[in-house]
Amino acid sequence: MIRLRNVHKSFGGQKVLDGLDLEVPDGKITAIIGPSGEGKSVLLKHLIGLLQPDSGTVEVDGESIIDLRRSELNRIREKFGMLFQNVALFDSMTVYENVAFPLQEKTSLTKEEIRERVMSALEDVGLKNIEDKFPDELSGGMKKRVGLARAVAPNPKIILFDEPTTGLDPIIKRAIHQLIKDTHAKFGFTAVIVSHEIPEIFDVAQNVAMLFQGKILQYGSSENIKNSKDPAIKQFISGSLDGPIQMMR
Amino acid sequence: MVHALGHTTVGVVRDLGRCGWFLIYSIYMIVRRPGKLIHVLKQLRFIGTKSLFVIVLTAAFTGMVLGLQGYYTLTKFGSEGMLGTAVALSLIRELGPVLAALMVTGRAGSAITAEIGIMRITEQIDALETMALDPFKYLVTPKFIAAMISLPLLCAIFDVIGIYGGWLVGVKLLGVNPGAYFYEMEKSVVWRDVYSGFVKSFSFGLIIAWIGCYKGYYAGHGAEGVSKATTESVVLTSVIILVWDYFLTSVLL
Repeated sequence: MIRLRNVHKSFGGQKVLDGLDLEVPDGKITAIIGPSGEGKSVLLKHLIGLLQPDSGTVEVDGESIIDLRRSELNRIREKFGMLFQNVALFDSMTVYENVAFPLQEKTSLTKEEIRERVMSALEDVGLKNIEDKFPDELSGGMKKRVGLARAVAPNPKIILFDEPTTGLDPIIKRAIHQLIKDTHAKFGFTAVIVSHEIPEIFDVAQNVAMLFQGKILQYGSSENIKNSKDPAIKQFISGSLDGPIQMMR
Repeated sequence: MVHALGHTTVGVVRDLGRCGWFLIYSIYMIVRRPGKLIHVLKQLRFIGTKSLFVIVLTAAFTGMVLGLQGYYTLTKFGSEGMLGTAVALSLIRELGPVLAALMVTGRAGSAITAEIGIMRITEQIDALETMALDPFKYLVTPKFIAAMISLPLLCAIFDVIGIYGGWLVGVKLLGVNPGAYFYEMEKSVVWRDVYSGFVKSFSFGLIIAWIGCYKGYYAGHGAEGVSKATTESVVLTSVIILVWDYFLTSVLL
């Protein structure tokens, strides 16, 4: 379980997170939705200690990750995998090397075992015969899938997805969402997805949290959030210009 | 105005602290977890081997111009036989380490900043952190080790090529006695001169890796941030090398 309590974070005097509380249950897919610029990616980076809150607590499986020594933080980070918004593949490495890298560095697997794990991860995301290609030779959708394979290969307990389908066409979007659901069903990890994909995200996630004005406005099952009466959530889901969410703030 | 001055001062002190911490942590990592040999070898190839051409070219012309200038000056005192000594001491004590370091700064220091800066803005460094891997072990320490090994070697090559550049102009073109050129050099150059050049180039290697990695690691946003970091890296490294050279010379003289 990941638990955030009263988390505050500002950048250059601008408040991004303002007393945020959230609990992410184990083994489920939790989506964080909300307007652009509300701090969803900032929130995600707090979960893995890439950002530290100005105040408040972040706990992973009951352990606080605030102000930890690097070695202690790394011990907790070993539970995580992450798919970045821009994928963040190592551009000087091939696809195979990218997926194999965390296994080579963090496990005692033999070369053959690593090969087997990498090929299996690539197959799980529907990629074949691209092991020797470099990231800049791949399409956006393929990069996302390689990123997903890299996140899944070490078999982490928790995977964070930062806008996994941004900039992709509708078919690839659906394919990536299906992949997330399939890999989740296969490995049973806890997933946190930051997404703008309305309404598709309600089919992918079991729980949804709406981030608005630095706080979780509402948290509940996908069904509950989809049918929420809150004017901001209703406006966000409908995409209406009228309502409490003002675009030109 | 007082507020702005205070804000700037706090910013400068914070940056200096961060820069100092970066150096201390890099040295700590070199001692505690230097990383894999293959990463160091790759950087040795990049910083050392790939700088050879520019070092040889610069050294040859530096030696040749020293031969010309030295001959012109020494003939005024009838001491052109001392040309070998003048060329060798200038190169070994001063020009070899400094020029080699400035050349490597332009060629490899800028590339180090750009590489790490691009990894920063494309979240590749964050990706390493999320894998519970210390980016210093993969990106920073191999560059420090390679630069500290490469610079003394490149400096030695610079010195030898420069001496032969001076020989080409002094002996072959201007007619200085070849025996005198090398004999006087051998008589005058002592171990302390070579040692001084070695210490300088070693510390310049450290400075190139330090500033190059630091500026890249904390590069600003987007292409403009990386471009600014790269420019600052080259300028700052060059200035620090020249200032540090003065202090080191005054200690080692």
